[in-house]
Amino acid sequence: MNAYTALQLAMRALWRNKTRAMLTTLGVVIGVGSVIAMLGIGSGAQQRIAEQLERLGTNNLMIRPGSVTHGGVRTGAGGKNTLTLADANAIAELPGVLAVAPSVRINQQVRYRGSNWGTNIEGVTPDYAIVRNWPLADGEFISRNHVRSASHVCVLGQTVARELFGLRNPLGESIIIKSLPCQVIGVLVEKGASAWGSDRDDAVFAPLTTVQRKLKGITHIETIELSAGDRADVFRLLKDIKQLLRQRHRLTGDQDDDFIIYNQAEMAQTSEESARVFTWLLGSIASISLLVGGIGIMNIMLVSVTERTREIGIRMALGARRRDILWQFLLEALVLSTTGGVLGVFIGLAGALSVTHFSELPVSVTPGSVLIAFLFAGLVGVFFGLHPARKAARLRPIEALRYE
Amino acid sequence: MTAPLLQVQALHKSYVLDGVTIQALRDINLEVEPGEFVTIMGPSGSGKSTLMHILGCLDVPDAGSYRLQDQDVTRLGSDHLAALRNREIGFVFQNFNLLPRTSALENVETPLIYAGVGRVERRQRARAALERMGLGERLYHLPNQLSGGQAQRVAIARALVTRPSLLLADEPTGNVDTATSAEIMNLLNGLNRQDGLTIVLITHEQEVAEHAGRRLFLRDGQLEAHP
Repeated sequence: MNAYTALQLAMRALWRNKTRAMLTTLGVVIGVGSVIAMLGIGSGAQQRIAEQLERLGTNNLMIRPGSVTHGGVRTGAGGKNTLTLADANAIAELPGVLAVAPSVRINQQVRYRGSNWGTNIEGVTPDYAIVRNWPLADGEFISRNHVRSASHVCVLGQTVARELFGLRNPLGESIIIKSLPCQVIGVLVEKGASAWGSDRDDAVFAPLTTVQRKLKGITHIETIELSAGDRADVFRLLKDIKQLLRQRHRLTGDQDDDFIIYNQAEMAQTSEESARVFTWLLGSIASISLLVGGIGIMNIMLVSVTERTREIGIRMALGARRRDILWQFLLEALVLSTTGGVLGVFIGLAGALSVTHFSELPVSVTPGSVLIAFLFAGLVGVFFGLHPARKAARLRPIEALRYE
Repeated sequence: MTAPLLQVQALHKSYVLDGVTIQALRDINLEVEPGEFVTIMGPSGSGKSTLMHILGCLDVPDAGSYRLQDQDVTRLGSDHLAALRNREIGFVFQNFNLLPRTSALENVETPLIYAGVGRVERRQRARAALERMGLGERLYHLPNQLSGGQAQRVAIARALVTRPSLLLADEPTGNVDTATSAEIMNLLNGLNRQDGLTIVLITHEQEVAEHAGRRLFLRDGQLEAHP
């Protein structure tokens, strides 16, 4: 008996019990459909998180001075004056570092004609725009020359531009920071709120040296931010920077670090990890329904074997070998499960599409997840069909024939 | 002289029912020549069905030998027995044993499927077998749409479609009325006389047995020539 004939026999047997076959298939349809939809929702969420982290700059590290203790009073992070521009330049030499942005910050009133606005003044270098991945809306950013000569120029965040200038174009105008007139040379694009809720557009950027000398009167650096070219480099850089700074700051073995390195990649990793867990969770819950569908197949096939014992006996009397009987029942289970698989793929796709359509949730159904769900359905058919099929094939012909 | 079609020697068979061992067949010796029509009679519980199952290769004896077409059946595995049933033996049962919800044509096709016959030839041969039984108009009827006589003729068509050397009939007239019974016996007689088909028929009815050439009697598991 060839495969085609065997398949035909199986199809005919199923056709004789249409309603039952359809209901059995439904279990697999729901199982496969929910696996596909759930995996789609899960990996959609994963993608969205990855995008958000990308925008956040997950390859970044931030270094701040450590705390100082004065007679038992500890100042908290940033209390020390230990970071210098030379430190920043040394870090820039490390392999895998894309850009280094040393900065200082001061809170000041800024004025333009009649209006004033209290904001952060950030003293930065050209690399700041690279590290923060922050393009300009108009004009230009702080240049090396500006830093070298401590020029009286500034770049505005959107919030400051709006508060001081309203709808007017601030380019070329002069604003007054503290008592220092600065020419506006650029405006940054809107960045929105940070992950921690502060308005990132509420800032004015000036050359590092200008803020250091003319607004704060200091020579050290308050913050060094840096970008690694690759996420994979972040953890190595973490160690390298620590070693470099300890060496530069002449710290001996038992002394604590006088700086703190903040790692956004770690946070990114945690978020991604939880998204992955989320996907697996959804997927495994859905797999359970597929499993239940499989048990439905086994149940129906077992009933079918008992019900058709006499038929099996007749077929054996007519010359069916054990393996012919085995194949017939196994194929019936396989036809049920793969039909369920195909329909389930469509239902799953439709479900995923309607989720994207009716909610904000992104859904990404990959060909891989479709293939896995489909193969899993086939496997369910074999696994749960094998036992009833073997039971049928093992029947003794005379007993099967006598069965009432 | 031709070799016997089937040859049974010193055959024993017992089975256990509710903890009691029953000697169903004791020292059975039987030879059937090609073209013979043999009836085996006996009261119920005499071991008729057990003998029938062994002759039909559906069961194996405990002791003794059974040769069919010069093959030692007792040594064959289940696949070979299946092939032997398929090629050499046609069964006709008391309750017809047609596949339910399956058309007459598909019923007759079934043994050809297991014989590996291609689809077109299968159809053709099944149709021809049914037409020979006068059922040309009933090809697509389901078993429950057929009368007892028609159902039994479908079963006979199915038994003969593989051109077996032996037809085993187990109470073929047990479930039909007297008129149909005579019709079926005439049909079997015709197959025996005209086509030289070897038939072994089991019955408990005297009138049915009278059609046959040779009559045997089974009593308490032992075979005797009919008095």
